[in-house]
Formats: sequence, structure tokens, C-alpha cells
Amino acid sequence: MNNDEYIHMNLDSSKNSIIRLFNVTKRYGAKIALNNVSVDIQPGEFIFISGPSGAGKSTLLKVLYLAEKVSEGQILINGMNLARISVSKLPLLRRRFGMVFQDFKLIPSRTVFENVALVLEVAGEKPSYIRKKVMHVLRTTGMDKKANALPPTLSGGEQQRVAVARAVVGDPDIILADEPTGSLDHASARLVLDFLMAYHKKGATILVASHNLHLLESMVRGRNIVLEQGQLVKTSTML
Amino acid sequence: MTRYITKALADIRSNRFLNLITIVTISLSILVVSLFLLFFENANRLIEGWNQGGRAMIYLEPTFSQEMLPDVKARIRGLGEVEEMRFIPKSQALEKLKDEMGSHTGFFDTLQHNPLPHALEIRMKTQGDYAQVAAFAKKIAALEMVESVEYGQGWLARFLKIFTLFRITGYAMCGLFLLIALFITANTVRLAFYSRRLEIEIMRLVGATEGFIKTPFYVEGLIQGFLGGILGLLILMAAFLAISSGISGNLSAYVYLDIRFLAIKTMGLIILASTFLGWFGCYLSLKQILK
Ligand SMILES: Nc1ncnc2c1ncn2[C@@H]1O[C@H](COP(=O)(O)OP(=O)(O)OP(=O)(O)O)[C@@H](O)[C@H]1O
Ligand SMILES: [Mg+2]
Repeated sequence: MNNDEYIHMNLDSSKNSIIRLFNVTKRYGAKIALNNVSVDIQPGEFIFISGPSGAGKSTLLKVLYLAEKVSEGQILINGMNLARISVSKLPLLRRRFGMVFQDFKLIPSRTVFENVALVLEVAGEKPSYIRKKVMHVLRTTGMDKKANALPPTLSGGEQQRVAVARAVVGDPDIILADEPTGSLDHASARLVLDFLMAYHKKGATILVASHNLHLLESMVRGRNIVLEQGQLVKTSTML
Repeated sequence: MTRYITKALADIRSNRFLNLITIVTISLSILVVSLFLLFFENANRLIEGWNQGGRAMIYLEPTFSQEMLPDVKARIRGLGEVEEMRFIPKSQALEKLKDEMGSHTGFFDTLQHNPLPHALEIRMKTQGDYAQVAAFAKKIAALEMVESVEYGQGWLARFLKIFTLFRITGYAMCGLFLLIALFITANTVRLAFYSRRLEIEIMRLVGATEGFIKTPFYVEGLIQGFLGGILGLLILMAAFLAISSGISGNLSAYVYLDIRFLAIKTMGLIILASTFLGWFGCYLSLKQILK
């Protein structure tokens, strides 16, 4: 390959990036949660974000869907600068993401069904479609029998599966999963991971943050990003 | 929309106590307001009756003759505010008097000539406002060929002064009560908002617009205002029926009192205003919270 072609390829790949971080720094007061992180993620990639507790994994996901604003640096999602997104466009951005929150963030006063349906309701889907789609996703996560249960009556693992169901129900092109297997035993963790892999196969870009390195072992093809004290210390590709 | 309403009703049910207090507060305010309106509506009708619907009699000078009539009429019309005008020649007035006196007609036969003046009966455009009627009557009285103008009664003026004072107090009270209701509604929305803070945060995170988040609160506010208005009117109606049957039973023997409940239009306005109040309370509250 000659030099020209190489440059061309490089430009092309960066233009197609679905997520780009340029020297992103996030501070909470004096505490630096992310320190000068630059990453370039292609559509359809499976990214595994690892690192010890407090390394900044959750923070990295939070700045992507603007739950937190960066202190320095820039983030592009599909070439769109997050710093320039208006308040009225923010909901549209978030609907492109499916999120599994580390603390689940299920509405305790609403049933499992309603929690999952919320994603489609805010997007203005029809009730008949919502009903069908939500029940389908709950079946695939094995939570259909608990559709009418309230989240506080569920076990941690069950809540986690509801959280995963909610993250995928809108068929997002990017799924951000923060410790999606944290409350699960090994077998259930595998199931959830396989579940996410199925969406990956359909073309979704997936970012999973976890300090559980066992997951890495069972992982198929992907890129592992290691954070330590807010800094990106290693990137490795697994085949 | 039906989805929003069922959801709002469910939310109201789940927050029963707070919502009940709000609805009752609104209904009490509406009760006070509609009580005043009921009073004023009836009082206005009574006064209008006493005022003879803005009717006045203009008695003309003895030197007046029929040829001057067009000229006098034109000058009165020139003052504006006249809705209707009818000339009553003194002969007609005498006939009428004779009719009314009936058996005493013998007295009139002894008369050499008709002692009654020619008169003009007019109806003014302004009917309720006594001060305006009085001012207008004064202007007419100052015209040439006009001897005197008779309208309303002297005591009516004094009564109206008191009545106006009462009306102002009434408006102030209504304003005060509506303000209290508005404050309570706004506060309920605020409490509801904070009790659902987690829910709202989650809704935002999964891509809900501010409109999607606010709508249930508005629907709830509208429903509360509407129910409060209906309840207030129902209480007033029940009280009205209970009291008015008692009054008419006791008093109708002495005076003719035509007391009616609020007009349908007024009731509609009250419910509309009360629904708006629910909405406005919500608007103020959300504006303050989400700024
Ligand atoms: N809202 C906040 N205010 C202050 N400090 C914060 C806040 N959120 C995170 N931090 C700090 O930022 C650092 C990174 O936090 P983060 O939650 O991203 O870590 P993590 O890698 O997800 O850890 P874990 O594996 O325990 O979930 C931590 O030191 C944390 O204390
Ligand atoms: Mg975390």
C-alpha cells in the first residue's frame, strides 16, 4: 500500500467513526475522572471498557449520552459535536443510545412492562406496536412472566435483565452497558452477554464497561480499552 | 390524549390525599367566587327592575306644542345614549289615568282642561350604571322645553353606593381566594414533581422531551381545576336549593323576590376559569422548577 492510499484509508475511517473522543477530560471539582482520553470507534464495533473501580469507566459512558458534560476536549457522535447540541435536540441524541445503567435506574412505581415501554413511548410509537415489541424483548430476556411486577420486588439479577431489555427495545444503533452483568451469576452473565452479542451481529455498536475480566475470556471479537485513574492505558484487539 | 388522561387519573389516584386537598381547595375558592357572582347576578337583575330598565319620563313645559316635537326629539337624540323614545301626548296620559282610576272618573269630568303635561318616555342604552343614568337625566333636564325628568328613585342612589362598595369587596375576596387556590395548585404540582424526580430523570435519560415530561402535570392540573370547579358549583347549588326553598316559602307572601341560580353561561365561565386556574398553577410551578 502506498502512502497516499494509507492516508486516504485513515481519513475515510475517521469520517465513518460513530464515536470519536478528542482529548476528553472530565473533572468533578478537583477530582479528575477522565484524563485526556482520545478514542475512535467504528460502527459495529464491540468495545469492552475495563479497569479498576474508580478508573472512569462509568464517566466515559456518561459523557457520551450527555449525562455529564466534558470539562475539556470534544466528542463527535456520527460527526455531530456534542458541545453544539441544543437542549431541544438532546432527547433525539439519547434515543440513539440504549443504556444499561450501573444502578439500573428503573422506575420503582412502574411495572417492568411500563419501564421498558417508556423508551418507545417517549419516541412516540403506537401503543399496539409498543405492546408487541416490549413483550418480545421481555421474552428474549426471560422476564415476560414478570411483566407486571414492580422493580423493587425483583432480585438484582432480574432487575438487571429488565435494564438490558429496556436498553435494546428501541433498536438503538449504539448500546452503552455499564456493568450489565454486575449482579448476575456466571451463567446469567453469559446469557446477557450473548444477548448483547446478538445485537452486535445485527450491526449495533456496543460499549460494555466492566471490571469483571472473566467476561473478556468469553468474549468474541472486540476491542478492549483499559482505563486507569482516568487515563487510557491500553487498547487491545481480540479476535 | 386518552392515554395521557388515564395516566393522569392514575397519578391522581396514587397521590390521592394531596390531590383531594387541592381539588377541595379549588372548589372552596370557586364556591366563594360563585357565591358572589350569584349574589351580583341577582342583585343586578333586581336593580335593573327598579331602574325600569333605564327608562325615564321627560315632562315637557306647558308652553310646548306638538309642532316642536321633532325639534325636541332631535335634541334629545343629539345627546346620544337613547335607545327608544316615545311621545305620550297629554290626552293619552289622561285617558290612561282615567282608566286606572276607574270608578272615580266623575272627578275628571269636572276638569275644565287637561292638567297633565305632554311627556316623552325614553329608554337609555345604559341600564345598570346609576351614576351614568343620573348624569344623562341632568343633561336632558337642562334642555329647552323640558320641565323635569323622572327616573329611578332617590334611595336607589344610596343603595347603589353601598352596593358598589360591596361589589369591590367581593371582587377583592374573589381575587384573594383564587390566589390561594392558585398557590395551592402550584404547590401540589411542585410536590408531585419532586416526588417523581427519579422518574423524570430516567425519562430524560431515555430521550423524553420536556413536553413529554410536562404534559401529565398539565393534564393533572386541568383535571383538578375542572373537578374543583364542578364540586364548588355543586356545593353552591345544593346550598342554594336548600336555602331558596326556605326563603321563598317564608317571604314570598310579603315581597316578590325573583331569585335565580347562576345562568348556564356563568356556570360555564366559572368551570372554564377554574380549569384554567389548574393549568396556570401548573404552568407557574413548572416554570419555576425547570428554569
Ligand atoms: N458525580 C460525581 N461527583 C464527584 N466525583 C465523581 C462523580 N462521579 C464519579 N466521580 C469520581 O470519578 C471517578 C471515576 O468514577 P466512575 O464512576 O467513572 O468510575 P468507574 O470506573 O465506573 O468505577 P466502578 O467500577 O466502581 O463503577 C471516581 O473516583 C469517582 O469517585
Ligand atoms: Mg462505574
